[in-house]
Amino acid sequence: MRALGELAASGLLVRYAVASLFRVTWGFLLAVVVGIPLGLALGWYGRAGRALGPTLQFLRPISPLAWIPLAILWFGVGDRSAIFLIFIATVLPLALTAMQAAHNVHHVHVAAARNFGLSGFAIVRRVILPSALPQLIGGMRIALGIAWLVVVAAEMIAVTSGLGFLIVDARNAGDRYDLVVAGMIAIGVIGLLLDSTLRVFERRRYA
Amino acid sequence: MSVKLQVRGVTMRYAGPPPVQVLEPIDLEVADGEFICVLGPSGCGKSTLLQIIAGFHAPSAGTVTIDGKAVTGPDPRRIFVFQERGVFPWLSVTDNIAFGLAALPPAERAERVKHYVELVGLRGFERAFPHELSGGMKQRVEVARALAVDPDMLFLDEPFGALDSMTRLTMRSELLRIWQAAKTTILFVTHDVEESVQLADRVVVMSARPAKIQRIVDIDIPRPRDISAPRYLELRDGILAEIGLAHAI
Repeated sequence: MRALGELAASGLLVRYAVASLFRVTWGFLLAVVVGIPLGLALGWYGRAGRALGPTLQFLRPISPLAWIPLAILWFGVGDRSAIFLIFIATVLPLALTAMQAAHNVHHVHVAAARNFGLSGFAIVRRVILPSALPQLIGGMRIALGIAWLVVVAAEMIAVTSGLGFLIVDARNAGDRYDLVVAGMIAIGVIGLLLDSTLRVFERRRYA
Repeated sequence: MSVKLQVRGVTMRYAGPPPVQVLEPIDLEVADGEFICVLGPSGCGKSTLLQIIAGFHAPSAGTVTIDGKAVTGPDPRRIFVFQERGVFPWLSVTDNIAFGLAALPPAERAERVKHYVELVGLRGFERAFPHELSGGMKQRVEVARALAVDPDMLFLDEPFGALDSMTRLTMRSELLRIWQAAKTTILFVTHDVEESVQLADRVVVMSARPAKIQRIVDIDIPRPRDISAPRYLELRDGILAEIGLAHAI
């Protein structure tokens, strides 16, 4: 508790939390923008999905942390490496969820929409997207959780700020285990807040 | 009356394996404004025929012509009401009914929706979502959504099959009232002999799979129909005999 107070007073807690959130936001948003349209398209055009599906399934069991050396090689030590790692960790689960969601769209709904003269993008916007949305939000909740896990690990190695760095630094700088625990508590609280934010959306859809 | 729909030599065969012949060659002519019931046992292929006429599937052979033009796909002037619930679960009653009206100015759209909400008796439920409605109410939403675009043909695939018998009777008279007001041509698929004799101008009796037209029965009873009149019973029993069902249980 005193350690948390000390961190807060020095402004470090807020600065590091903001640094971590900044990376998570960018990595996660990039993954949403890339993964969800990709997954929906793959799920919708069955043949493309079957062609690319095995590749996705092959990449999935590779721990995002295994990408750390490549990330540093490509992007150097800094924000971009961490963002890349979060992107890699979340884009696959998002794409797979979106694929499944598009696959689950009821064919009767699509047929009805076609009957009313809709085609192409209008069907995506007015049928596939709303029909898939509950599943997509569920997938985003899980992916955001993963992003928050990965950012801490990435910060321990690839950057010199953020909550993950705080933990490693506190230990290296003189076994300040009170600061380590304070960092862990901060991570837990922020993770909980992130999840509740998306859960509000989820509940609003089902209401 | 002018011819609305012409079906010529339409067959349907799934390549398999094993290959399945669903429809033997079907020939049918429907006049503008007619109410046709297609009657047949479950799984005989009558739904397939309806979906071909609506343009959702291409037949293996033969042609479907509506208003003198070959059917090549679904068309907003001809709306299909699905056997499985086709209402969109993510849209309210209002937004479901307005689904086909995106091109209208908002004021006119609201006017139209209001009219059809009242027509199908859903006033007070405008903002409800499908999961809050009973099966019969969902079915009425779908019928209202179809009628709202002012189609000149309606395809109904056992639309009242999942409803309780009282709601079913109400929905039948509702549909007749709507049909008489809107002058729509209706193709109504059912496996219920009573239903077909109550509703149709003509009943197209189909055989078991592979389906072919066994007989076409003119229902020459003026509306509103007395369902205990001798002529009604005669026609009903005639159809029951035609499909090989005795009417004694």
